[in-house]
Amino acid sequence: MSGRAWVFGDNLDTDMLAPGKYMKFAIEEIARHCLELVEPRFAAEVRPGDVVVGGRNFGAGSSREQAAQALRHLGVAALIAPSFAGLFYRNALNLGLPALVCADAARIRAGDSVRVDPGAGRIENLTTGESIACEPVPPHLMSMVRDGGLLPHLEKRLAAEKSVRR
Amino acid sequence: MTVPQTLAQKIIARAAGRDAVAPGEIVTCSVDLAMMHDSGGPRRVKPMLEKLRARVWDPERIVVVTDHYLPADDEESRRIIRIAREWVNEAGVANFYDGVGICHVVLPQKGHLRPGMFAVGGDSHSPTGGAFGAYMFGIGATEMLGVLVTGEIWLKVPQTILIEWRGKPERGVVAKDLMLFMCTRLGMDGGKYQAVQYAGEAISALSMQERMTLCNMAAELGAQAGLVAPDAATRAYLEKAGASGIEIERWQGDTGAPLLEHHRFDATALSPQVAAPHSPANAAPVQDFARTTIDIAYIGACTGAKLDDLRMAASILKGRKAAPTVSLLLAPASVEDQEAAREEGILGILLDAGAKLLPTACGACAGYGSFRFGEDAVAISSTARNFKGRMGAPSSKIYLGSPYTVAASAVAGRICDPREFLA
Repeated sequence: MSGRAWVFGDNLDTDMLAPGKYMKFAIEEIARHCLELVEPRFAAEVRPGDVVVGGRNFGAGSSREQAAQALRHLGVAALIAPSFAGLFYRNALNLGLPALVCADAARIRAGDSVRVDPGAGRIENLTTGESIACEPVPPHLMSMVRDGGLLPHLEKRLAAEKSVRR
Repeated sequence: MTVPQTLAQKIIARAAGRDAVAPGEIVTCSVDLAMMHDSGGPRRVKPMLEKLRARVWDPERIVVVTDHYLPADDEESRRIIRIAREWVNEAGVANFYDGVGICHVVLPQKGHLRPGMFAVGGDSHSPTGGAFGAYMFGIGATEMLGVLVTGEIWLKVPQTILIEWRGKPERGVVAKDLMLFMCTRLGMDGGKYQAVQYAGEAISALSMQERMTLCNMAAELGAQAGLVAPDAATRAYLEKAGASGIEIERWQGDTGAPLLEHHRFDATALSPQVAAPHSPANAAPVQDFARTTIDIAYIGACTGAKLDDLRMAASILKGRKAAPTVSLLLAPASVEDQEAAREEGILGILLDAGAKLLPTACGACAGYGSFRFGEDAVAISSTARNFKGRMGAPSSKIYLGSPYTVAASAVAGRICDPREFLA
C-alpha cells in the first residue's frame, strides 16, 4: 500500500487526535474533528492509504483509543514516528493500525508518497526514492495487526477454541 | 544466588507465574484487578463483548466507576452513564461506584488496592495505584476487552527508572511541585514507557494522597507505571480503607537490582513550580510567572483535589477571599474527601473564600462535559494536563500548579508564590 504523508511535530497529543468535547459521540463525529487544532484540512482531505508521520512521543496523553481509532476511521494506513507514547502505541496496534518506530521519520516530508511494510520494518519514500529502515512491528503483535486488531483476533481465537472443544 | 529484582519485576513475575523476569522479556500476566470508568468502560466494551458473545472472566476483579460524564447534562452523557449502570448488572459486577468520585481516588478509598497487585485501568492516570505498591497501568478500551475476556495481558517487562528525592521541602512545596519539576527536567517521554519508582526521604515523608499525586503524573512522564515502595503509611491507609492481605516486606525492590536510570534531586532547594501552557513539561519556578493575571483558579481532579489537596488550599484561604476578578472553582476528587473536608471545617473555609463547589467528578480536567473554560480564559489549575483545548476553548490558557499555588493565585488575582501567605 502507498499513500501521502501528513507530517506533525513532537508530543502530538491524544486530545488533538480525539478532542474531549466530541468524545461523547460516535467515532464518525470524533474523526471529523481529528487534528483540527493543528491541521484544519486533515479530516476532510486525508485519503485512505495515507500515513501520518509524527515527532517524538506521538500520541502523548490519554488512554482514549478513539485517538487511534479516528485515524483508522479516516483510512490512515500506518503511523510513523521516532517514538510513540506507550499507551497510544498499544491502542493503535490493538485497533489494527500499524505504528512504526523510525529514527529517521524526519526524512519524510509532508506530501511525500510512501509505501510501508510494517512486518518487515521498511518504508519506501517513492517521492525521493529513498528506503528508510524502521523497527518492525514485533512478531507477537503483527499477527494481531494482520487480523485487523485485537477484536477480530480474539474472535478468531475464540472460534478456534470452540472448534477444538467440539 | 538469585538475581536482584526491582519491585516492578517482582510484581510482574508473580503475575506471570514466574520466579523472576528480566527487563525486555515479553510475558503474559494474570490481571488481579481491572478498573473502568464510564467513558472508556462499559460504553465501549459492552458492544465488543456482545460481538464476541463472551462473558467477563471474573466479575469480582472488575471495578467500575462513573466520573467522566457526570453530571449527565445532555442526552449523550446520559446514554453513556445508563450503559454503565445496565452493564454492571448484566455482567454481575458488584464493585460499582456511581457518582461518588474519580476512579483513581475511589479505588484505594474503597479498599481495592494492595501492595504487589497487578492491575490495569481504562484511563491513562491509572499509575496512581502505584502509590500503594501496586503495578497499575492504563490501557485503551479494546485492550480492556482482551483483559475482560481472558483475564490476561501481555507486557514487556519494564526497566526501572529510580528517582530519589533527598531533603525536606520548604513549607508550600509539595508533590505536585516535585512532579512538574521532573516533567520539565526529564520530558513528557522521560519515563520511556518503563516503570518510574520514587524514593528517598522526601518521598517517604509524603502522605498517601501526596504519593498518589506523584504516581498519577507518572503518566505525564510517559512511564507505564509509577511506584512508591509500600511502608507503614501504606499499611495504615489501606487497613483503614478495609483492604486485606497487605504485605509490606515482600514488595520491596532488592538492593543492586538493575536500573535504567538513577536520578537524584534535592527537595530542600525546590521552589513551587508552575507549568505554562500547553505542556506539564513547561515548568519554571512560580516567581517567573508573577505578572500573569488569571481569570480562573481551578482546584479539581484526581491529581489535585483529594483531601490533602483541599487541606493545602484551605491553609492559604483561611480568613482570606478570592480576588473579585477570579472565579475560584472547587471540584473535590471524591465524596468521601469532600465530606471529610466538611467535617474538618476545610470545606467551609474554601466556600467562605468564594469557591464555587462543582460535582465530585472529572469536570473540566477531562473536558468531556458541558463545563469547559471559555475563549481566552486564563486559568491556574491543580490538575495534570494543560494541553491546548483540553479544558476549554483552544484560546484558553492553562497554567498548572499545586493546590497551594492555585489558592494563593486565587487570592492575588495573579500567579502567586504560596510561601508569601505561609510565612
